Formats: sequence, structure tokens, C-alpha cells
Amino acid sequence: MYAQMVKTDAARVKSLDDMAPEERAFQERIDAGQKIEPKEWMPEGYRKTLVRQISQHAHSEIVGQLPEGNWITRAPTLERKAILLAKVQDEAGHGLYLYCAAETLGISRDEMYEQLHSGKAKYSSIFNYPTLSWADIGAIGWLVDGAAIMNQVPLQRCSYGPYARAMVRICKEESFHQRQGFDILAKMVKGTPAQRAMVQDALDRWWWPSLMMFGPSDDASIHSAQSMVWKIKQNSNDELRQKFVDQTVPQAEYLGLTVPDPDLKWNEKKGGYDFGEPDWKEFFEVIAGNGLCNAERLGARRKAWDDGAWFRDGLTVHAEKASARRAAKTAAAE
Amino acid sequence: MSSEWPLWEVFIRGQHGLNHRHVGSLHAPDAEMAINNARDVYTRRNEGVSIWVVRSSDITASSPSDKGPLFEPSNSKVYRHPTFFDIPDEVGHM
Repeated sequence: MYAQMVKTDAARVKSLDDMAPEERAFQERIDAGQKIEPKEWMPEGYRKTLVRQISQHAHSEIVGQLPEGNWITRAPTLERKAILLAKVQDEAGHGLYLYCAAETLGISRDEMYEQLHSGKAKYSSIFNYPTLSWADIGAIGWLVDGAAIMNQVPLQRCSYGPYARAMVRICKEESFHQRQGFDILAKMVKGTPAQRAMVQDALDRWWWPSLMMFGPSDDASIHSAQSMVWKIKQNSNDELRQKFVDQTVPQAEYLGLTVPDPDLKWNEKKGGYDFGEPDWKEFFEVIAGNGLCNAERLGARRKAWDDGAWFRDGLTVHAEKASARRAAKTAAAE
Repeated sequence: MSSEWPLWEVFIRGQHGLNHRHVGSLHAPDAEMAINNARDVYTRRNEGVSIWVVRSSDITASSPSDKGPLFEPSNSKVYRHPTFFDIPDEVGHM
């Protein structure tokens, strides 16, 4: 997902009886549906897992601006350009809500940037694919933001208060993102055969990477089990992927598109679609840094950070000088 | 140099007549920039008519571990709630 394969440091999931009194009281509060707030006691593993997950989520929002930013100057009309600008600005906002939530757990903003820029922290695999045509901008809104919503809606009920509250704000805005993407494609499929072909090509390239966003099956993963006990994660990766496919295939049919999966078939018995397995070898290559755009994306983030250093420093110096001037004025008046 | 900008807590009055409410935090070099950034980060969709920003370091918070002793006095004084008193039906609304 926007956070994929988050580790928990857990060797096994403890039962209540195995826990020390403090940890047991903590787990009982979570089981009772209570929210955990920043300064309260929490197991170190819970804190670390949340930092990993929230910062990875934040990095995804920030890096996610890049593939779409590529098309701001190439949008086909002024209205589409204004809409895309607003959408990309939202992504920056989402990143900021999430960085703030992570900071309440005792990691600084600069540490998180450092982890992103050094490659230590990950961001979603999906943003390492290129945006080759305007139809890709439609496909990203429809599929990528659509998949993100699948994951983010249950995260509004996450046990950690600041993360849950950030997700509430984000979910309110995501719906606009998905609809603007679908709207781009709905318009294009009514256009020329060449435009329809662009949309089909975009779906062909984005379908499988979108399914990979949910991560590999985690039914046997100790980390997922632990995250579920902590209510940091609510659904398995396969559950969310199934939901996404079931929701999206009829929309593709509405657009007159063919989902590029020969194994896709409605299964009356389970009330959902059967579908093929994504290429997990490709997924792990992308996660390892060998995707089509990994170097370009990280390079762009590092350059933005380095090129902005003089500006950040300048504003800091200005703020210090202004504060000193105010202090001198107050002293003179006394 | 490159020291991190200080953290600010952001409070927004959603509509006239309501209290300012905490919505989140952000980094900014000074109060003026904090207001500008808060406008972009927290009010992109008409969420507010007024913004307050306060340096996070200037906030003093009660400690979660004091929750019991701190709030106990109000727990033990149920007579502060009007429902504590039985008013006969014939008296009517009070």
C-alpha cells in the first residue's frame, strides 16, 4: 500500500498472560477500542512500527507528487491544469499531516527526510513507474488513489490517535483525487480512437503495479499479525486487493476497457472476481531500488532538499533578526 | 547551519460563533510564516475563518500519568450534575 511490508520487530504475537502489567494494560485499552495518545506509555515495538508506517506513508505522499507534477505544464486545458495543481498540492498537504503525526512519536522531521534521502526509508513501489501520457494522470487518480482509499478508510480507525485523525482529513480529500482521474479517462474514451488507445495503454501499464500496492499476501506474516493486534492494520493485503478488484473491474467495463489479466473471471460462489497473481519478482526489484524511476524520484527529492537549503536558512536568519529587533525595541521602551 | 524550523500548533475557527479548535501542527521559521503555511496546509477547502498558531514548546500539558489524581475531584462530586436531584413530576420543568 502507501506503506508496504512494515516490520514490527515482533518474533511472535504475545498473549495477554505473557505481557508485563504495563503492556497488558496498554493492550487491553486497544482491545477496548480506546485511542492511544502521544505522551502515553506504549511498547517500544508499537512506537517503532508506527514511525516506520507513518513515515513511509508520508514519504509516499511527497514522492507521489513527482509523477503527476510531470504533467502540470502539459495538461490539455487550463481547467485540467488547475485541477491537477490542486490535487498535487493536496498530496503535499497529506505528507505534512502525516509527518506531524510521526513527529508526535519522537522522531524529527529532518531525521525522516534523511531516511528518505539516504534510501533507508521506503515509499510506495507505485511511484517508481513513469507517466508517459496524459491518460496516465487519469489512471493514477482512478487506480492509485482508488487503491489508496481502500487502505486508508480502515486506517481512520487506527489505535494511534494522531494517525487516525490525519487519515480522517486525508480520506475527505482522496475522493476528489479518484474522481478527477476517472473523469479524465471518461472524457478520453469518448474521444478519437487514438485517445481510447492511450487510455487502454495506461490501464495495461498501471493495472498490475496498482495491485502490487497492497503488498504480497501477508496471511502468514508475523508482522501483519502483530500490527493487527495493535490495530495499526485492520485488513489483510489479500482482502483489500480483492475489494479493489471487485470495485474496479465494473468501472473498467463502463469505460469500455479490457483489464490486462487473462485469468480475470467473475466467481459467483465467492461473490467476487478471481484474478491472476502480480509479478512479485518485479515488485521486489522495485522495492530494492531497481524500478524504472527509483533513481530519478530520489534524485529529484534530494535536489529539492539541497537546492532549498539557502532559502530555509535565510528564513531562519530573518526570523532570528526580527525577533532580536523586537526584543531591542521592547527593552528601549522600558 | 540548517537547523530545523520550530514546530507550531495550529488552531482554526471553523465558522463564526465557534471556538478555535486544534487541527494539527507544522514547521515554520516564525509566526507570520506559520500562519501562511497553516492557510495552505489546513484550510484548502474553506475550513476556517480564523487561524491561531502557537509554538509547540510554549504549550504546557497535563501528564497522562496524573490523569487519576488530576480529575478525581470532579468524579466524586456527582451533585454538580442536575440529574443528582429528584424533582417531583408535579413541579414541572425545572
